[in-house]
Amino acid sequence: MIQIENLHKRFGENQVLKGIDIQIKSGVLAILGPNGSGKTTLNKCILGMVFPDKGKITVNQQDINNRWNYRKEIDYLPQIANFPNNITVAELIKMIKDLRNVKSKDETHLLQLFKLQPFLNKKLNNLSGGTKQKVNLLLTFMFDSPIIILDEPTTGLDPAALIILKKLIEEEKKKGKTILVTSHIMSFVEEISDEIMFILEGKIYFKGTISQLKNQTQQTNFEHAIASILIDNHA
Amino acid sequence: MLKILKYSFYDLIKSRWSYIYLLFYLLLSFVLLFLNNDIGKAVITLMNVIIILVPLIGTIFGIMYYYDSKEFTELLLALPLKRSSIFLGQYLGVSLSLSMSLIIGLGIPFISYGLFQSAVIFDFIQLIVVGSFLTFIFTALSYNIGLMNENKIKGFGFSILVWLFLAVIYDGIFLSVLMIFGDYPLETVTLVGTIFNPIDLARILILLKLDISALLGYTGAVFKSFFGGASGSFLAMGILFIWAVLPIWLIKYKASKKNF
Amino acid sequence: MKTKAQYRHLIFSLIILLVFYKAEANIHKVCSTCPFQTIAEAVDKAQENDVIFVEDGTYVEHEILIDKPLTLKTKNAIVDGDNQGEIFVIKADNVTLDGFTLINVGTSYIRDYAAIRVRESKHFTIQNNTIKNLFFGIYIEKSKTGKILNNKIYGKAVSEYNSGNGIQLWYSDDIEIADNYVEKVRDGIYLEFSNNCTISDNISKNNVRYGLHFMFSNNDLVQNCSYISNGAGVAIMFSKSMKMLNNTFADNWGSAAYGVLLKEVNDTELSYNTFKNNTTGINIEGSNRVVYKHNDFISNGWAINSRGANYQNEVNYNNFLNNSFDLVYSGRMNSNNFNSNFWSSYTGYDLDKDGVGDVPYRPVKLFSYVVNKTPEAIIFLRSLFVDLIDFSEKVSPVFTPDNLMDETPSMKKIKHDTN
Repeated sequence: MIQIENLHKRFGENQVLKGIDIQIKSGVLAILGPNGSGKTTLNKCILGMVFPDKGKITVNQQDINNRWNYRKEIDYLPQIANFPNNITVAELIKMIKDLRNVKSKDETHLLQLFKLQPFLNKKLNNLSGGTKQKVNLLLTFMFDSPIIILDEPTTGLDPAALIILKKLIEEEKKKGKTILVTSHIMSFVEEISDEIMFILEGKIYFKGTISQLKNQTQQTNFEHAIASILIDNHA
Repeated sequence: MLKILKYSFYDLIKSRWSYIYLLFYLLLSFVLLFLNNDIGKAVITLMNVIIILVPLIGTIFGIMYYYDSKEFTELLLALPLKRSSIFLGQYLGVSLSLSMSLIIGLGIPFISYGLFQSAVIFDFIQLIVVGSFLTFIFTALSYNIGLMNENKIKGFGFSILVWLFLAVIYDGIFLSVLMIFGDYPLETVTLVGTIFNPIDLARILILLKLDISALLGYTGAVFKSFFGGASGSFLAMGILFIWAVLPIWLIKYKASKKNF
Repeated sequence: MKTKAQYRHLIFSLIILLVFYKAEANIHKVCSTCPFQTIAEAVDKAQENDVIFVEDGTYVEHEILIDKPLTLKTKNAIVDGDNQGEIFVIKADNVTLDGFTLINVGTSYIRDYAAIRVRESKHFTIQNNTIKNLFFGIYIEKSKTGKILNNKIYGKAVSEYNSGNGIQLWYSDDIEIADNYVEKVRDGIYLEFSNNCTISDNISKNNVRYGLHFMFSNNDLVQNCSYISNGAGVAIMFSKSMKMLNNTFADNWGSAAYGVLLKEVNDTELSYNTFKNNTTGINIEGSNRVVYKHNDFISNGWAINSRGANYQNEVNYNNFLNNSFDLVYSGRMNSNNFNSNFWSSYTGYDLDKDGVGDVPYRPVKLFSYVVNKTPEAIIFLRSLFVDLIDFSEKVSPVFTPDNLMDETPSMKKIKHDTN
């Protein structure tokens, strides 16, 4: 469980987060919002990569400030994954396992799922963007941690892989995990998420289920519902 | 930290730049030894080269590696790892692989020319030690510059400028000041001034080896006590050590405060 | 060593035997049980050309006046001057003093007390003596054609004002000074107004002022000597027609330390000498027509410091190896010749392969002027910045005389025996 209280963050002139208060429980929460609304910053705050100016974040009742051990409970899929170019996929998997101190995890199931075996001995700089993203996904789902944060997981994926991804998320959800997803693909969000959260200019404008959103905005279509929040608040 | 160090180190020794750097030193030493055919003279020439070149290479490599591995660093930051271990591990990986290229690149030619039988073995060891210190210092400086500048071009330019400043401009300004205020007692000022430049410190260590006759021509008592005994070498080494530790500490400090 | 000692012993016995057979020369022994118990008594009672043999032992005596031709010998006798003044004073021709150990010469600020003083005498020989705890060692005044051989002088001088010289010549000509060892006195060997002397195979070490010092002396020869860690190795002042060959000057360190110091010295030759690890190899002032050939200057701070008013000197066929500065030159005019040397810092090339560099070498660095003006700047030696300004001066000289260069620099180290 992740608890965020009164989170503020400013980068220079730019006030990115202006007081975020949420409780994230098990299930899939999709974070939505236009570019620059603070989605990634929020993720990074939870991961301890960005230090908030004000506010408090606890993960499983533990204040994360200046700690690093709690990240053992989190799997993170970064938006742009850039791996060291000189090593092979197999080496990378081994290395991340080593760095996370969990050597026993078995990745063969995921390798088969994403059909990555042929690439195991290829160097990472020779892989296409889509394949890299598959490797990225594999590294995220491999460790079976109770919290999963996915930043734009659909980028570069072919439809087949996208189906696999959805299936994976569904499986993890069933295990009772807390899953945080940011995405631009509305159909994807609609399909996987239990709840959505809409951020605009660093504030939460909506948090609830999709049907609640539709009710509130009196729209039947999810995309239109989102758009109407945007229009209402910009008008 | 050791794990990060290990991976950075392996990553680097597999990159072609390390080989180019290694090859350069191999070539330089072999050419010098071949032309001079005198191991002592080759060491002297190398000393002059190394106090300028090693800082430059350390600077360029440090800043390049920092920016190149930035995204991967972000990946590491999301893993359950201590921040300071990530950055110090990477930094040590770069410094160690550079130092290793230096040691191997100079070592092989000199050993094959009979270093162990010659009298200059201690000069050579000093050369290696000074070279390694400079590598650690300048890699650390450029890592700090990387941490402080998001903009790659700006960071790169700035670190080259720092090198240029310490290698040439600093001495130029300092020398001009000495000449302008030549009527005042400047002995202590001069010695203290050199402490603030690691390249000058390394150079003084070399002067103590090669030009002690000239240095003792100066009348000043402070100079005399500094250059006269072994204390000068030890002091210079000690300050070089501090020069290496301070930027490393700064990396740790900056890294623990920075947002990614 | 053992055989040499035995050999010397044999010769010594032979001499004594010969002396026995020489009817007119008597031998007088001095010892505590002998007819003569003091040296002074024996000298007093001896006839001209007699031999006085002093048995081993310590004799506390001073002011022993030798006023007739005599030979004084000993194996290991020690004469203790008890700090009262001079020990031996020679005022006669043909005196030999051989094998004594002289200790405790008195120190005075009014008189120059010496362990052995020779005054207005000819044909003296002073050899194999050891002098310790002295003020002056051997002092020769107004004498001629003597020999000072194989003596050892060990001083304890710390400063110039209260110490004397090891061997001093004053108005004395045709003296041979050879195989002596002098340490820790003011000047190891000092010659004033003394001409036609030969100084060879001596070692002067750790002296407070100079290893060897000439004032107003002409036509002297210095060869095969070593001058190590003195205030300055050899100082020659106001003298002419000197020769210095095959000497070694090493480790003379300090702000006023030189291998050789020349001041107002004309028509002199310095050749085949080695200058190593000196702060300044040769310091020259007001000296003309001096020839410097086939010398090695190795790892000195300044190989040659030409302080001005030096004309028509020739510096040729020398090796300049790894000196911090090869040459410092004061003045805008140059009439000295610096051709055909080997300079280790020469970076030119030799395309026609004749062994001579195709571009001239300029031995004066701009930085040497900077150091001259601001001594602290020495700390910037070998800095890239200094290399840059030196390079610019090399390309277009502003401070150094335009014609001050070696037009025919050697590409290889000069081998002195073949040239």
